[in-house]
Amino acid sequence: MAKVESSFKNMVLTLFIITLVASMALGGIYTLTKEPIETAKKAAQEEAIRQVIPEFDALKESVVDPVDGSEPLVFNVGYKDGEKIGTAVLSYSNQGYDPTTIKVMVGFRPDGSIYNTAVVQQKETPGLGTKMELPSFRDQFKGKDPGKFDLRVANDGGDVDAITAATISSRAFCAAVRRAYQTYKNEWEDEK
Amino acid sequence: MNQWLNFTKGFIRENPVFTLLLGLCPALAVTSSAFNGLGMGIATTFVLMSSNMVVSVIKNYIPDKVRIPSFIVIIASFVTIVELVMQAYAPSLFKALGIFIPLIVVNCLVLGRAEGFASKNSFVSALIDGLGMGLGFTFALTLLGAIREMLGSGSLFGYTLVSGDMILVFILQPGAFIVLGYLVAMFNKIKKSA
Repeated sequence: MAKVESSFKNMVLTLFIITLVASMALGGIYTLTKEPIETAKKAAQEEAIRQVIPEFDALKESVVDPVDGSEPLVFNVGYKDGEKIGTAVLSYSNQGYDPTTIKVMVGFRPDGSIYNTAVVQQKETPGLGTKMELPSFRDQFKGKDPGKFDLRVANDGGDVDAITAATISSRAFCAAVRRAYQTYKNEWEDEK
Repeated sequence: MNQWLNFTKGFIRENPVFTLLLGLCPALAVTSSAFNGLGMGIATTFVLMSSNMVVSVIKNYIPDKVRIPSFIVIIASFVTIVELVMQAYAPSLFKALGIFIPLIVVNCLVLGRAEGFASKNSFVSALIDGLGMGLGFTFALTLLGAIREMLGSGSLFGYTLVSGDMILVFILQPGAFIVLGYLVAMFNKIKKSA
């Protein structure tokens, strides 16, 4: 078959048909995948909560406004046999490398020390900033009481060893943990 | 055209990265480890095959003057579909590769094959070309990633080979250029002697 001629009518028509088919296909796929994506995100969030607080049998979600008036944080308090055993705080920092937003789940024991941390979302440099997900970096926060442990990287005078060649990413991670702690501490003192 | 030659040309003779020097942006940006290179390569292979197939089927209906915008719309649609489907049904894979997927749109290799091969050849040839070129690209990225990971982190596919600090520059951007330069020289040598 001969090739279609490049007349104005043909060009407009071709582009119209191609974009129409493409947008219908994308719209269809978007609708089909919307629900599974939500489910997958929710599952990932629950998985993160499970990682950062001790084993629980019930969860209570609440939204807490931080002291400095920035975006509210989501708290998930875990209970076992009716007793509070930990609080998972979904915190964030907008100071990732580039700059991007990183989201960190921070789990606190009822005494205010950090149980564990988990990275929920990050777009850091592959092979450098992405190392914040590895236990080798996150383990230094385990069991620390942020009241005594300075949540800043060593370069800034704190107690955190930054990831080699990814100081900005490490700083963002610390900022997210600090935000979680300050908000948590405020809530916790209100309770007492 | 001999389909076997068509398939194998992507590995050495017309390797997208080492010989045609196409798609260098993702090749330099994501190959800080072997796994990253492999993942990016596989995602690109899928998009390359899909877009090559579609372009070879509709090539006669597209007026010459609007072929580039048409190809770009087709490629971008496939990339978005891959991203959404992966996010929905393979969240762990998406977590590892998600950041690379949008980069495929700007990979000139995909547009280059659509324009230079699929728009002039039959459906079967275009499909095989897409598969061969995609796997050649995957091979190049994995090799680049493996060398950089071994020299820079002392590991391969995440398994530690040597512990302790390594030559960090190979993980950083300058290392990508240095390793790529030596590999291009090596492939030129191989091609000449072959």
